[in-house]
Amino acid sequence: MEALLQNALNIEWQQIVMWIIGGTLIYLAIEKDMEPALLLPMGFGAILVNLPMSGAVTQVYEGVKEIGIIDQLFDKGIANELFPLLLFIGIGAMIDFEPLLSNPKLMLFGAAAQFGIFFTLSMAALLGFDIKDAASIAIIGAADGPTSIFVANYFKSNYLGPIIVAAYSYMALVPIVQPPVIRLITTKKERLIRMDYKTVKVAKLTKILFPIVVTVIAGIVSPRSVALIGLLMFGNLIRECGVLNSLSESAQKVLANLITLLLGITVAARMTADAFLNWKTLMILGLGLVAFVFDTVGGVMFGKLMNLFSKHKVNPMIGAAGISAFPMSARVVHKMGLAEDNQNFLLMHAVGANVSGQIASVIAGGLILTFFG
Amino acid sequence: MNYELFLKTLPFMAKGMAGIFIVTLVIMLCIVVLNKLTKPKGDSGKK
Repeated sequence: MEALLQNALNIEWQQIVMWIIGGTLIYLAIEKDMEPALLLPMGFGAILVNLPMSGAVTQVYEGVKEIGIIDQLFDKGIANELFPLLLFIGIGAMIDFEPLLSNPKLMLFGAAAQFGIFFTLSMAALLGFDIKDAASIAIIGAADGPTSIFVANYFKSNYLGPIIVAAYSYMALVPIVQPPVIRLITTKKERLIRMDYKTVKVAKLTKILFPIVVTVIAGIVSPRSVALIGLLMFGNLIRECGVLNSLSESAQKVLANLITLLLGITVAARMTADAFLNWKTLMILGLGLVAFVFDTVGGVMFGKLMNLFSKHKVNPMIGAAGISAFPMSARVVHKMGLAEDNQNFLLMHAVGANVSGQIASVIAGGLILTFFG
Repeated sequence: MNYELFLKTLPFMAKGMAGIFIVTLVIMLCIVVLNKLTKPKGDSGKK
């Protein structure tokens, strides 16, 4: 009996706090439907690795080191960037770039909405993070989980756990974070601007050539991003080629689900109490919010700027959809447009800006790696 | 507060945003060219 209870004496209060955090993530995943595919495994993983002497993580028993399964998965799947890259194949296979290809001007919104990344980089530096950690934190503004994991891991950031929690939490919170920011920086008149949608048929050849062209351009400009953008575009090529439908379906569903599952629980390797419970975690959560807010500001302000020079006015709310969080931010903008005027359908424009955000966020990640790698 | 590092990062904000816009413009140009080259004859688009 004594032997059974002995380990209970090893429980520390910090571990109990981590169980509560893990439980909260599970609650948010199940009850609030917040990124459940990721937050649920992360929440469970947080509990798993914070049990006293947990065999799921590496421990030394009687002088012998035993490698835990979560650490094994981390070394084999995240430390070498395998999981986020494989996930990108699935994401690429899910994305339909047609709204963007039929109106390439929307790509500019994707570029503008990366402003939060660089703004947060400066803020994190100001708050005392070293440049590589600041860059890792800034990439939360990519609003793209795999890119955040890739960059933070590339820089060997000590804050991988909080960065991932922040990135996925704010992605799920886009419908709450973006609307007040958009309302604050736009006038009612601007929100009422209607935009015609011109249906332009995009040739199949264009859809096939697009992922190849983007890979070549991104690879030449930012070679460090070529793995990220390359696998994203490879997934898209599988989707668009028309002869690999079953592979495309597997990438979208089986591959993406499996990798997400493993990714979620593996990230928990960096959610041990000693690594997670400190003031810097709170600062990172705050900086993540700053990144999302200034992404939104960047996109919307660019829309306003375009209106100064363009004959055809754009609804500046479209700019907010330029963040990579797909399809949440496109839906947010569409709903806000309808709330102002029930005949203002912004969805297709917002989706175009949103998918361009997917590309721009990866380019931003590549630039961050080029600058500080 | 690390003002020195903060000031060092400001040029990267400018370089980063400029870099993203340049790459984006190149990709946009490629899309326009691709659309022109692959446009079916007589297709002028519908509203």
